[in-house]
Amino acid sequence: MAGHSHFSPANVEEYFEFTAEGRKRIIYAFVAGVVALLVGIYLLSRGEGHEVVQAAAEHGAEHGEHLSGGAVSHHGDYDWTNRIWANVWLNGVYFTGIAVIGMFFVSIQYLAKAGWSSVLKRVPEAFPRFLMITGPILILTFILKGDVIFHWMHHGITDKGSEHYDKIIAGKSGYLNFGFFLGRMVVFFVLWLLLWSWMRKKSIDEDLNGGTTNFYDMVKIATGFIVVMGISSSMSAWDWVMSIDTHWFSTMFGWYMFSSWHVTGLATITLTVLLLKDKGYMQYVNFNHLHDLGKFMFAFSIFWTYVWFEQFLLIYYANFPEETIYFLERWEGHDKLYKATEILNVVFNFFFPFLVMMTRDAKRTAIFLKICCCFILVGHYLDFYQMIMPGVLGPHGGFGLVEFGMVTIFASAFIYIVSSELTKASLVAKNHPFLEEALHHDI
Amino acid sequence: MDSTERYLVGVYDDDDEVLQAVTTVKKSGIKIEEVYTPFPIHGLDVAIGHPRTRIPIAAFLFGCLGLTCIFSLINYTMVFDWPMIIGGKDFFALPDWIPVSFEGTVLFTAFGMVGTFLVSNSLWPGKKPRTFDLRSTDDRFILTVNMANNKKSESEIESILKATGAIEVNVKQF
Repeated sequence: MAGHSHFSPANVEEYFEFTAEGRKRIIYAFVAGVVALLVGIYLLSRGEGHEVVQAAAEHGAEHGEHLSGGAVSHHGDYDWTNRIWANVWLNGVYFTGIAVIGMFFVSIQYLAKAGWSSVLKRVPEAFPRFLMITGPILILTFILKGDVIFHWMHHGITDKGSEHYDKIIAGKSGYLNFGFFLGRMVVFFVLWLLLWSWMRKKSIDEDLNGGTTNFYDMVKIATGFIVVMGISSSMSAWDWVMSIDTHWFSTMFGWYMFSSWHVTGLATITLTVLLLKDKGYMQYVNFNHLHDLGKFMFAFSIFWTYVWFEQFLLIYYANFPEETIYFLERWEGHDKLYKATEILNVVFNFFFPFLVMMTRDAKRTAIFLKICCCFILVGHYLDFYQMIMPGVLGPHGGFGLVEFGMVTIFASAFIYIVSSELTKASLVAKNHPFLEEALHHDI
Repeated sequence: MDSTERYLVGVYDDDDEVLQAVTTVKKSGIKIEEVYTPFPIHGLDVAIGHPRTRIPIAAFLFGCLGLTCIFSLINYTMVFDWPMIIGGKDFFALPDWIPVSFEGTVLFTAFGMVGTFLVSNSLWPGKKPRTFDLRSTDDRFILTVNMANNKKSESEIESILKATGAIEVNVKQF
């Protein structure tokens, strides 16, 4: 800080090398995930470990029926393959969130014309590439197996005269119908990816040519993306997650799922930066930048808690049976199948980050940040598990090799795609107009 | 206060210079009382060697106090003093109390921190301000040395300050 800096763009350029060793490890993890998934599927098809749950389902049939707001209670023919599709959907939504939050993070930085983050913005900028994987997966799952996941897609549910006819769901069919839903989904993914690749092109062009034109263009793209995100984040929350429990609705849900996505994305950004630093990259990211990322994670963990609790409080206070069923199902429905995850959800996502990251020193210590990132990532996986599984699987849910295998497959694919995207540009945006500010960031 | 406090006041006209002066002056064994600048200089507090603020500890304690006070108040009014059935809930309806307890915690923390800050900086009403040099609000950087905390002679300190680039060195008594 003392004296004037002698900064020249040439010495900040650094390229991430995705080594053969790293590739091999990720592929091993992917293969391990596939093996775990296949064994899990085999066990499921044999019905191993299912007798207990099955018995519980029958046992809880007389009072369990009214504790389910989701699809299962209205849907007699449960098939063991449903659990696979529920897991695909769960991980698809979770990782779509991480990917799209990468773009969201970069966009707020540009919109706020923030300088501090310019030194690490290439990390979140690489995330949305994974939308090219999760987008098709979610769209195909919806087209092929939507009726497994969504109550409103069950056959004959909107046909008057059908034995499955449901008046409430028929009333929602103007919004929740196959064509409109699919259209929204495609439009969201296309808009996210188009804006991202446009932004990415400008960002790489800035590395080559410098100047400030690209910066101002990116501010405009960021503004557009924030508008798109404002609408699409809420609507995708209603569509992809809330409509699973079609009878139920919550006015807080858009915010709730967005806050869950956001804090997961922030934890992923922080963890990626820390791991890159461990490998000797990103030497210009110092503990002042990490402190800011830590504050982001801390603040948005509390924000998630606020929204999560507020959604609960409104429903608890109003005490309408058609609303309270959502929490009853998760708390004591299905023979308390989801109670443990509901408790862990709050412990991992609120108490842990709140207490551990409260002090300044914790936010400036790599190991504390890493532990917190891991807790938040696991915690929000559980959060999405709680949002999706009770509605889709009801009494047939659980944690088994299918769950672990599927999340390993998605996570290793995410790491692989993001790593190869990181190699495509310098890890430090060397011609970012505010880079000087970021290199001298001091808080 | 009847006893006079004697200060040497070094006046600098460049922010980089005063930042380097702080390090040099400290190295020569002089204890710096405080540096006053028209704008914040990054790294200055570290260079002077001020201990980190303890205001977060005060904040935490005030927060705990607030939580306890508000929670006890709700508990007393809603459970013991005048229990009422609201929405069919228990008298001890914990979820309903969380927003108010939270607000109480924040309120106590905020006021407690402001109070602590004012007291620890001697900023209570009626306090006569100590101004070492009015130009520190304009374009000068003021480095003060409390003579009571230093063994070196005044002339010795003055020459060290001059050597680090002070454009003038004054004596100030309170």
